[in-house]
Amino acid sequence: MNYESKDTKTDLRGEVFKMWLNCWERISGNSYYIHHLYYQSIGSKRVRETWWRKVLITWLLFWTLVSLWIFWYMSSQATEKRREALGSMCDERARMLQDQFNVSMNHVQAMSILISTFHHGKNPSAIDQMTFTRYTERTAFERPLTSGVAYAVRVLRSEREEFEKQQGWTIKRMDTFEHNPVHKDEPSPIEEEYAPVIFAQDTVSHVISLDMLSGKEDRENVLRARASGKGVLTAPFRLLKTNRLGVILTFAVYKRELPSNATPNERIEATDGYLGGIFDIESLVEKLLQQLASKQTIFVNVYDITNLSQPISMYGSNVSDDGLWHVSTLNFGDPFRKHEMRCRFKQKAPWPLLAISTSIGILVIASLVGHIFQATVNRIAKVEEDYHGMMELKKKAEAADVAKSQFLATVSHEIRTPMNGVLGMLDMLMDTELDVTQQDYVRTAQASGKALVSLINEVLDQAKVESGKLELEAVSFNLRAILDDVLSLFSGKSQDKGVEFTEKGHIFVTVYLVEEVVDSIEVETELSSSKNTLSGYPVADRCHSWKGFKTFNQDGSTSPFKSSSADLINLIVSVEDTGQGIPLEAQSRIFTPFMQVGPSISRTHGGTGIGLSISKYLVGRMKGEIGFVSIPNIGSTFTFTAVFGNGSSTSNEHNSQQMNNQPNSVSSEFQGMKALVVDPRPIRAKVSRYHIQRLGIQVEVVSDLLQCLSQIASGSKIINMILVEQEVWEKDTSVSTLFVNNLRKLGCGFQSKLFLLANSISSSRANTSTDGVSIPSVIMKPLRSSMLAASLQRAMGVGNKGNIRNGELPSMSLRHLLLGRKILIVDDNNVNLKVAAAGLKRYGAAVVCVERGKKATELLTPPHQFDACFMDIQMPEMDGFEATKIIREMEHNFNNRIRRGEVSIEAYENVSNFHVPILAMTADVIQATYEECLRSGMDGYVSKPFEAEQLYREVSRFFPPIPDRSP
Amino acid sequence: MGVLDNQFLQLQQLQDESNPDFVAEVVSLFFADSERLLNDLTRALDQPTIDFKMVDSHVHQLKGSSSSIGAERIKNACVAFRNFCEEQNIEGCMSCLQQVKQEYCLVKNKLETLFRMEQQIVAAGGSIPMMELSF
Repeated sequence: MNYESKDTKTDLRGEVFKMWLNCWERISGNSYYIHHLYYQSIGSKRVRETWWRKVLITWLLFWTLVSLWIFWYMSSQATEKRREALGSMCDERARMLQDQFNVSMNHVQAMSILISTFHHGKNPSAIDQMTFTRYTERTAFERPLTSGVAYAVRVLRSEREEFEKQQGWTIKRMDTFEHNPVHKDEPSPIEEEYAPVIFAQDTVSHVISLDMLSGKEDRENVLRARASGKGVLTAPFRLLKTNRLGVILTFAVYKRELPSNATPNERIEATDGYLGGIFDIESLVEKLLQQLASKQTIFVNVYDITNLSQPISMYGSNVSDDGLWHVSTLNFGDPFRKHEMRCRFKQKAPWPLLAISTSIGILVIASLVGHIFQATVNRIAKVEEDYHGMMELKKKAEAADVAKSQFLATVSHEIRTPMNGVLGMLDMLMDTELDVTQQDYVRTAQASGKALVSLINEVLDQAKVESGKLELEAVSFNLRAILDDVLSLFSGKSQDKGVEFTEKGHIFVTVYLVEEVVDSIEVETELSSSKNTLSGYPVADRCHSWKGFKTFNQDGSTSPFKSSSADLINLIVSVEDTGQGIPLEAQSRIFTPFMQVGPSISRTHGGTGIGLSISKYLVGRMKGEIGFVSIPNIGSTFTFTAVFGNGSSTSNEHNSQQMNNQPNSVSSEFQGMKALVVDPRPIRAKVSRYHIQRLGIQVEVVSDLLQCLSQIASGSKIINMILVEQEVWEKDTSVSTLFVNNLRKLGCGFQSKLFLLANSISSSRANTSTDGVSIPSVIMKPLRSSMLAASLQRAMGVGNKGNIRNGELPSMSLRHLLLGRKILIVDDNNVNLKVAAAGLKRYGAAVVCVERGKKATELLTPPHQFDACFMDIQMPEMDGFEATKIIREMEHNFNNRIRRGEVSIEAYENVSNFHVPILAMTADVIQATYEECLRSGMDGYVSKPFEAEQLYREVSRFFPPIPDRSP
Repeated sequence: MGVLDNQFLQLQQLQDESNPDFVAEVVSLFFADSERLLNDLTRALDQPTIDFKMVDSHVHQLKGSSSSIGAERIKNACVAFRNFCEEQNIEGCMSCLQQVKQEYCLVKNKLETLFRMEQQIVAAGGSIPMMELSF
């Protein structure tokens, strides 16, 4: 089989199959049935298989029958042809034989006339034996079939003596002669009449003087001949002398011309004599056959069938019969005698090779076609099976995908639930009185918890990223605050590793505008080549990490960022660290999801390995690029660019609100103050100075405490605060004590301004308990503006003291926001209703509960006194969406009426535009639900059970803070 | 796995002087509600043709109230129950119903024991500690 043509073959098969099917349809005239059957059979494989097997068997049977029929038909045709050939040959021979016989017979008749004319008509006779012999001898060619001719005369008994005397011999008996040829001269007994032969041809001269009537055959012949007036034949018998088979033809010779209708008696009366011709049939037929070309091919038998039951063979051997023979009747002119010629082939019929080969050929072709069908059907079945298999696999894969999503959703849900507890507890912990350190712990714990939740979200995000469903939301942000938050999130981790700007290495984040980098790119390259990094350690050159970025490869003039820089800000952020770096072989797949450097990495470092892939996607979405460079055992530097919109004035309001929560903005309260940082390490001091400077404080750095003292003692400047690195403080306790005492001497106000910059609280605590020196306030590193500001404020008494200033404490703020508010809660579940009501009452809200959406629409028909409504989504009869739609419609109508002046504004506390905030309460917080909430006119949603922070976030959007009501 | 999660603790925190029997009130409300729902569910699943929509809404309610009270295991059973409802899997629904009932009995027993003990403590003149609920 050659493979190149296989495809076309299958095509051909398909077409042949189609053609066959069409043909069949036409034949059956019931295409619907076939279709039905076919497609039904397609439905179940088993049925189809058996169906096809049946078709195949039918097909083979049909063609077997066809080929058998063809064989039979062709062989019968051949036999027929043979039979025809035989028939024609046989007829030909019979006709020739008959013709020659007739010719001879006619001649014998002619001789009888000759004899009647010249022997009886003349007196004395013109013919004697001599003449007769000569004449017959010379005319023998005229009678090819006769071996001899003889003439017998009719002699009555009365005439015998005279006759014998005249002839000179006595009439002899024939039968005696036959039986006993020795007694040849035995005279014939006395009879009524005699028929002695008087003339005979030489060949038969021995019959002269024999009485023809004495021979049995001859007598009969003679009698019939004279009665009928025609030539008659004897049955074949062994001829005298020659002993061969022969017949004798006898003609009567009459005295006078007789009418054709003369009676037999008249004829007998008129009879003069009898002319007989001896036909040696055997030799004659042989002679005849020898004249014919194809004598070898057939056997010829000639029979006398006057007596049908016992045909007498006149010629031919008895050969075994092969069944095929032809009979031709011979008419020798004697109505009494009947003869026939039987012919058969010498050879048996040859094998009908043509028929056999034709039928076998057809059978082979049919079975080949059947095989092709079979193969086609099998192939179709196989393909279909494969297809079904594929479908099943596809279904499985889809099911697995669904299962994965469900698993993610479930797991995240399951983890979120306990995390809510942890976060809630932390929330509550922050409500209590805490010192700065504790607060920082709690905040870090909370941040870590949130990081865990965000990790879960990240996993979900990855799923979303994979399906491309992630949507970005533009929110204004404070870059510094964000960086501070990010750093503090990982401060625990980095402290564990001791990574600071110390001898152990560093993590350093730089943020630039892209334009600056583009402008200063050469300078940067020069700088970094000098390897003068913050910690003094070599790092991976961050310039290499953005080498591939398109932003920089473009010419400065055509850069799209420059042209649009008015409203777009393109930031480049590099994070460099020192450490073991990323192995070279793993660098290529670092952005592949769930791929980690090695299997052991997750054991030692943890993580899911999806962070970078999500980062890459997000950066891509923000029209930025991400790249990295990593040198093993030196460190890695990751750099990304991102395009941000310029914060417009509309978001300022939001910003200010955020500032309220995060008092890390540069506040004016420290403006103009001066600080001394005591740190022997210039780089670390530089970082500390940077952070303190952000608060607006002027900073000077001194390397040790004594230098610091002298600086203070010089008194040239007023130093508001001294920040001492923990390392310096612990180096020598006596120096520290001296320092404190000296400070006391210099001025009592200073002590409160002494701070310790500590890496970890435990160590500083342990220290302070042992030495007798009064404990300076401790500021935890890494430094964050917010932390720093809070600590300084607390220590120096600057700004508003108290909860509001210090805490982004949602519960307090919630109380602040919700106190005295009238809130409607709609939930069909009593338990939920109760819990929600209690949760809101806790913050001082006045709560009204209803269980039906319908009731809620009644209560919220304007005018009403409610400040907000919390609505369950899934409720019987009327769900949350529907109720909200109705309420919004009513509000719309009412507002229109106010506008048209139908209702006076004053009656309703000057509320000119009713829009009660409706928040959905739902347990499943997914994007789709949120979108539907907004679509139906809701303002937001809170998760159920309430989470204080989320509640705050949502509620604060609608309620302006009421400062005078706060406790 | 705890029968109750921290939601119950939050619930306890909502109880104060102005609302001294809040937890007991909510819990008894929960009992009444749940028993009604469980009866409804049993009846609905006994029908020859099951109205899965109704069953689902019942289970949803039960899930809501149990998550409000912090009966975590009932809630989890309800989640599974709803999945079977979506598949219209009668056998799964039946087994889930049994599971929910079991969990419900467990919670009910525990809570009743708890309240009895609390009452005993109050009667003995003690104060109820806040963080006792970690069984």
